[in-house]
Amino acid sequence: MSVMSQEPRVGAASEPAASPAAETPTTATPPASPAVPAGTPLALQVESVRRVYKAKSGAVTALAGVDLEVQAGELFGLLGPNGAGKTTLIKILTTLLAPTSGTAKVFGFDVEHETKRIRRIMNMVAGGEQSGYGILTVREQLWMFSQFYGMSSADGWKRSEALLDRVGLGEKKHQRVSTLSTGERQKMNLARGLMNDPWILFLDEPTLGLDVEAARSLRELMLEWRAAVPGRTILLTTHYMAEADELCDRIAIVHKGRILAIGTSAELKRRVQRESIFRVELDRLEGGVGSIAHLPGVVKATTAATDGGQAERQNVAINLVLEDDAALGAVVGALGTHGSRILGLQKSEPTLEDVFVELVGRGFEDEDEPEEHVDDPEAST
Amino acid sequence: MSAAAPVAPVAPSGPPPLDLVGRSGVGPREASAWSPRQILVTNLRAIRGRAYPRWRGLFREKSWVAFEILLPFLSTSAFVFVYRSLHAPEAYVGFVVLGGVMSAFWINVIWMMANQLWWEKSQGNLELYFAAPMDFMSILFGMALGGMVMSSSRALSILVIATVVFGVSFSVSSWVLVILVFASTLAALYGVGMVLASLFLVWGREAWHLGQMLTEPVYFVAGLNFPVARLGLLGALSVGIIPLATGLDAMRQLVFAGAPFPIGTPAPEIELAILVAMAVLSTALARWMLAVMERRARRDGRLTIRWQ
Repeated sequence: MSVMSQEPRVGAASEPAASPAAETPTTATPPASPAVPAGTPLALQVESVRRVYKAKSGAVTALAGVDLEVQAGELFGLLGPNGAGKTTLIKILTTLLAPTSGTAKVFGFDVEHETKRIRRIMNMVAGGEQSGYGILTVREQLWMFSQFYGMSSADGWKRSEALLDRVGLGEKKHQRVSTLSTGERQKMNLARGLMNDPWILFLDEPTLGLDVEAARSLRELMLEWRAAVPGRTILLTTHYMAEADELCDRIAIVHKGRILAIGTSAELKRRVQRESIFRVELDRLEGGVGSIAHLPGVVKATTAATDGGQAERQNVAINLVLEDDAALGAVVGALGTHGSRILGLQKSEPTLEDVFVELVGRGFEDEDEPEEHVDDPEAST
Repeated sequence: MSAAAPVAPVAPSGPPPLDLVGRSGVGPREASAWSPRQILVTNLRAIRGRAYPRWRGLFREKSWVAFEILLPFLSTSAFVFVYRSLHAPEAYVGFVVLGGVMSAFWINVIWMMANQLWWEKSQGNLELYFAAPMDFMSILFGMALGGMVMSSSRALSILVIATVVFGVSFSVSSWVLVILVFASTLAALYGVGMVLASLFLVWGREAWHLGQMLTEPVYFVAGLNFPVARLGLLGALSVGIIPLATGLDAMRQLVFAGAPFPIGTPAPEIELAILVAMAVLSTALARWMLAVMERRARRDGRLTIRWQ
């Protein structure tokens, strides 16, 4: 039994998931953000939300019963391949799309009946966004959007300039929007998303198509913005595993309109790593790996290739699969008895890709676009 | 011993923090509770915001001089030469010039009002507008206001050039009525543009063809280059339903007083009343259609999504 399966189930897919590994989707309790004032409602509360599109080929189920709770102050990630339903969920939460059934609330406001209240405290930015007007300068573009949120003209200009300075576009503020590079444009989009100082920011693949440096810069900004005021919440969709791993407090793995698992990155990884795996580098090992394979708690011990130059190649590296971390003590003791000196010790961590493979039965890259999504608006987003 | 000078606070190095609005102390639920005044102010500012790109475009798109002044002027000139070669009353030259002036507004209504939401959708702006807290009507009003300013300058350019080149003389019977008719014509024209914007969005890819369909045929039934009364019953019908026809006929009657008008259209005062009614009705209809469109967009998931 995995560690996570013993934890209370707060939000999960309401229907059985697609693969055997996902039959018991488990979630972690949303962590309470310590700095958020007491009484602040959940930032997001999604219950049994389904969304079915009418397409030429028939009904397409984009969301097949999603349950989700996100605390105020969280940076929550929706991780899944294209066509998983991430964008549909964001469209529902940003009041652009009505759920076919189920309820969804943003800071306690119903997405179907209290749209105006939600729109006053949220903003959204999508990857590859081409919004605005190329004829305007970068500064004018932000000012224009500030007007849609009711800011005074002076405040709009002031905030536009401050945000542009902050995202590193200060020198380009008088340049036309149409002249910006993809990365610069996305920085401007993020500045637009922050213009009204939202309480919740929906980011749909915000680093899509960006180079490493631009993506890193945007990620830093997201984190900094959220940290500046307690309660600021981010819902991030991505299909970049490392991005979700690096940024998110918790992650939901989404596949074919269902949430297969929710938890912190570590919790999700523990789901697939039931044993502890270590790589140990030694100066020598008398008796070979057989001398430690029989020790209590050792599941498997194998010789591993060593990296580096000639000196390093004379060392011995072994891979240890242990029942749990506690078994490491006995191994270290035995190695000392054999006169081996430990040069290096590294614990191997599974990746979110491993988690996805465990849940779905195949990797992200192997994912076939479901045929029924061809006519679906989600298919290209 | 002198007192030490106060030490100036050292400015923190690095970029400013991303807490620029300073909403500290106001939670999300309080922040979303807006007063009626706040709602009104936001909508007024949204109108200004959406009008802004058009205002800026007026100065930044140099190509408009060729496309929106010189080309209509050539078309107007052709009719002037035809009328003069046929020895038509000189007032007809003025009718054509006025038609050329008003065509600037109709072009703007069709291509920058009716087609605009379709374009906004393809750019991804539409969903941002929907997701913003202002009433969507403010976006339409802003588009209309910006369009009016933009087209007025173009219309004025055509008027001045054509008047100078062809020596048109005006005989205004009532400046007050002229101004009222002109303002009501613009209100009615852009009201129709707001209605068409929603319709074109629903019709989607056919919008381009619809735009074409509403250009030359409307010029004809509105009597852009001749008095609409020449069309008889069709002309009377046009005056009742097409604001371009109503406004143009009323303005011709007012600025070319005493010209040989064919009988068959109402007096300018009545046409003014028709224009006001058109403006009110089209604005109400536009509002209703937007509400229908938003409901449909949220239900079907197609109208606000970029690729559909």
